[in-house]
Amino acid sequence: MNMLPLTSSEWAPGEWVEIGELEAIPRRGSRVVKTARGDIAVFRTQDDKVFALEDRCPHRGGPLSQGIVQGDSVTCPLHNWEIGLADGRARGADHGCARRIMVKLEHGRVSLAWADLMETAS
Amino acid sequence: MKQRLVVVGNGMAAGRVLEEMLEKAPDAYQITILGAEPRVNYNRIMLSPVLSGEKTYEDILIHDQDWYARHGIALLPRRKAVKIDRAARQVHAEDGTILPYDKLLIATGSNPIMLPVPGADLPGVLGYRDLDDVNAMLKAAEAGGAAVVIGGGLLGLEAAAGLKARGMDVTVLHLMPTLMERQLDPAAGYLLQKAIEARGIRVITRANTHAILGEDKVRAVRLDDGSELPADIVVMAVGIRPNAQLAKEAGLDVGRGLKVDDTTRTSDPDIFAVGECVEHRGICYGLVAPLYEMAKVTAAHLINPCDDAYTGSVTSTKLKVTGIDLFSAGDFNEAKDREEIVLRDAARGVYKRLVIKDDRIIGCVLYGDTEDGSWFFQLLREGTPINDLRETLIFGRGYAGGAPLDPMAAVAALPDDAEICGCNGVCKSKIVSAIAEKGLTDLDQVRAHTKASASCGSCTGLVEKLLTLTLGDGYKPATVKAMCGCTDLGHDDVRRLIVAKNLRSIPAVMQELEWKTSCGCAKCRPALNYYLIATWPGEYVDDMQSRFINERVHANIQKDGTYSVVPRMWGGVTTAAELRAIADVADKFNIPTVKVTGGQRIDLLGVKKEDLPAVWADLNAAGMVSGHAYGKALRTVKTCVGTEWCRFGTQDSTGLGIKLEKFSWGSWTPAKVKLGVSGCPRNCAEATVKDFGVICVESGYELHVAGAAGLHVKATQLLCKVETEAEVLEYFGALMQAYREQARYLDRIHSWVDRVGLANVQAQIVTDAEKRQALYLRFLKAQSFAQSDPWAERVNGAEAHEFTAMADLRMPKMDVKEMA
Ligand code: SRM
Ligand SMILES: Cc1cc2nc3c(=O)[nH]c(=O)nc-3n(C[C@H](O)[C@H](O)[C@H](O)COP(=O)(O)OP(=O)(O)OC[C@H]3O[C@@H](n4cnc5c(N)ncnc54)[C@H](O)[C@@H]3O)c2cc1C
Ligand code: SF4
Ligand code: FES
Repeated sequence: MNMLPLTSSEWAPGEWVEIGELEAIPRRGSRVVKTARGDIAVFRTQDDKVFALEDRCPHRGGPLSQGIVQGDSVTCPLHNWEIGLADGRARGADHGCARRIMVKLEHGRVSLAWADLMETAS
Repeated sequence: MKQRLVVVGNGMAAGRVLEEMLEKAPDAYQITILGAEPRVNYNRIMLSPVLSGEKTYEDILIHDQDWYARHGIALLPRRKAVKIDRAARQVHAEDGTILPYDKLLIATGSNPIMLPVPGADLPGVLGYRDLDDVNAMLKAAEAGGAAVVIGGGLLGLEAAAGLKARGMDVTVLHLMPTLMERQLDPAAGYLLQKAIEARGIRVITRANTHAILGEDKVRAVRLDDGSELPADIVVMAVGIRPNAQLAKEAGLDVGRGLKVDDTTRTSDPDIFAVGECVEHRGICYGLVAPLYEMAKVTAAHLINPCDDAYTGSVTSTKLKVTGIDLFSAGDFNEAKDREEIVLRDAARGVYKRLVIKDDRIIGCVLYGDTEDGSWFFQLLREGTPINDLRETLIFGRGYAGGAPLDPMAAVAALPDDAEICGCNGVCKSKIVSAIAEKGLTDLDQVRAHTKASASCGSCTGLVEKLLTLTLGDGYKPATVKAMCGCTDLGHDDVRRLIVAKNLRSIPAVMQELEWKTSCGCAKCRPALNYYLIATWPGEYVDDMQSRFINERVHANIQKDGTYSVVPRMWGGVTTAAELRAIADVADKFNIPTVKVTGGQRIDLLGVKKEDLPAVWADLNAAGMVSGHAYGKALRTVKTCVGTEWCRFGTQDSTGLGIKLEKFSWGSWTPAKVKLGVSGCPRNCAEATVKDFGVICVESGYELHVAGAAGLHVKATQLLCKVETEAEVLEYFGALMQAYREQARYLDRIHSWVDRVGLANVQAQIVTDAEKRQALYLRFLKAQSFAQSDPWAERVNGAEAHEFTAMADLRMPKMDVKEMA
């Protein structure tokens, strides 16, 4: 089944899709962006860096957007795996990786890389 | 004939371009400057010292009249350019002057942003940009009175400090929770606020200006919460906007600022631009260092087309308020895979933080000791690998065996009258002098002589540190288990120090107790958030980002990311109307599972996060509130039917259970708290495996504590027996408060009682009536702030961002147009 009328031109995706203002995301917090391929978690760190990961923990699919953000990692709300925001990788003894989505922050506005959004969810 | 260069704007950037040009090719152009200000070029960044009285206008001149004459430059002050006619290559000034050009340089700087609130145009509302603004402020200051500065950034704070130095009564309003949040992290912002307040300036954060009041001049500022601050002047320093209007009207390419390429040319090759009016590679600058780098390139290209290119700058910030040392540099935004090195010295009020990526410094915040700022900035700009320096880097360039971090510092820095033992009201000096005068050498002796640490024991760590400080290396305190990797202090020490040092925010705790990380971790932040709530009821602002998701959204997360909702069912009693409302909600929101819990109430499982507020609204409408099934808080009060129906009942156990639940719901506690009330010793409500249980008997009520039936089954211990319901409530309130004040985060009542001993708890709650009363009253006070239904707050819009997606990129037609 093809689930992808997403390239339709009236939607006019450039390389980047703007999703809103940096200020819409709480510091040390996260917001969800809905896509046809599932939710994306967009994180903002204490010092205003922005990262995006597929909203699924590599352990058992927990919604990472609901975790506690510390430094540049997030603690999954279900069983406390700690996932690096920059690389999506589990830290410490745990192994696994959440898919990354490239983010651009310009003039206080946040955009996601279209190519990464189009990639099929694992 | 010489080429004609016309310069629009006579500010710092234009001045620097001219200097660069005159040095290399003094005769390249015949130069004319149009300047809107009625004066020569001066050092704008030194306006703050002029305002505060540390400098005069003469001190800050860059080019005097003589300079222009010497170089044959025609300066036309008080003449604003109003039009650029590119076809005719002419600039028109406000007074009708028309200047033809071969090359044009635009250097119009930027304008202060004026908030578009009602009253913003009243006389007495000023920006902070030029000498005229400073003169207006000085005039107002002469009359004394009150000044309100809107904006707690660099400019706002400099204006505030200057006005204060001139004798005004100054308040700074800042929208964000911490000052200068663009340049500083919360720790440095906290120190800065302390320093600003120490000079008598009032700082109000999270302040949203609603309107400026006054008839023919400003009188006051009104905030969104309705409060009013009297003001004789208002200084708006909320930001700057590149001044590119003139260029835009001339048809040049303008984004946020006037766009230039790497040669600083605009979209018209004969027109250059430089300074704050410019947008280069998407960035507009607001500091002089980058403008000077730009000016060099502009000058080179004005003289001759060449290869010089401006490729952007890394900037650093320093606040110019005498006595406050603060430095920040680096772009924290685009970094990935970074680490940090943090140094805090609470006694000296020092905070230093380096952000490292790929073995190089990419960001730097220094507070209190900025001596190494330029060195760090150089390492940052040059991308020097720091691997070899790493261990000692944070101590700075002059490092010579730098002092190791000292876990005793926080205790050493306590004032003499800081209360160490809360239970017995013993202060630091009393303990220290007892140790010295009576020759005490161990903890038991201190307990015997001062009573400190003799009750709940939560100050033991502190007393031991005082022993070490007084006796030196001779005394070895027992090692305290650190709260987490971010600190060497244990939970009890942190709790006591929050009180003793009067710490009222997470950044304050982290700074004063010398946290080793900049923003803590998932272990310490929820604990600190709880300790602060419990210590400063009604005042501390709950930090949602330091709470586990369940407490942040007031529902329990499930394994599939949906939530469960458990409304309170007071004492396990419900009505047909409540049940009907629950059934309606289940139908309306397609809730897959409705289950009776082990705690005598009903759980709605599988609710979508975005539906939560609507579900709660319906439950609220039927009179139900949050059951806190998700919280470190009061959970259920399980009851049996009691005298109301049961043939063995001795008291109204159901009614008492409801009273206890209504009395104590909403309170935040170190861990969850469960109650049971049984009408007779048959104990159908399982009261003897609860945190607090009541067994009713003919002659009154047996109060039991410290039970649990979870991971470890623990039977309760008898606390005491009382005769009336009123006593049950008072004893229970006192117990709750003692537990809230003394237990470590995540310890249930039984862990706390096991640690301090039942006798100790009985001494506080049962034998000492005065102490019981005091604890009970403190609980009542805390409850007065706690008992507001969190569901209703969210139905009314609180934390709305939690329940909506930031963006929805699903195509609307996705639903219908799936292709097979
Ligand atoms: C819903 C419920 C099971 C049920 O369907 O009956 C339940 C469900 C959960 N319990 Fe429980 N417990 C429930 C009654 C109990 C009871 C019985 C009781 O309260 O009388 C106990 C033993 C009594 C006790 O606590 O001493 C109980 C002992 C635990 C424990 C072990 C606590 C301990 O200190 O040993 C945990 C784990 C924890 O809290 O860390 C836990 C944790 C949980 C969590 C919160 C697990 C989690 O972290 O997600 C479950 C949440 C499900 C949800 O979303 O609602 N639950 N849990 C019960 C809700 C009661 C209510 O109305 O609020
Ligand atoms: C109070 C204060 C403190 C500061 N402190 C610091 C600091 O500590 N460190 C730091 O790096 N930076 C600081 N700055 C910022 C710094 O002053 C600016 O970055 C710098 O002055 C910008 O230079 P510029 O030439 O682009 O603009 P400006 O210096 O503002 O010059 C622009 C000039 O153009 C004139 N003009 C505008 N439109 C027209 C027109 N149509 N026709 C004719 N003339 C026109 C204006 O009147 C103005 O004189 C501070 C600024 C202020 C106001
Ligand atoms: S016993 Fe409690 S924690 Fe365990 S599965 Fe059942 S509800 Fe979940
Ligand atoms: S699903 Fe994330 S830790 Fe288990």
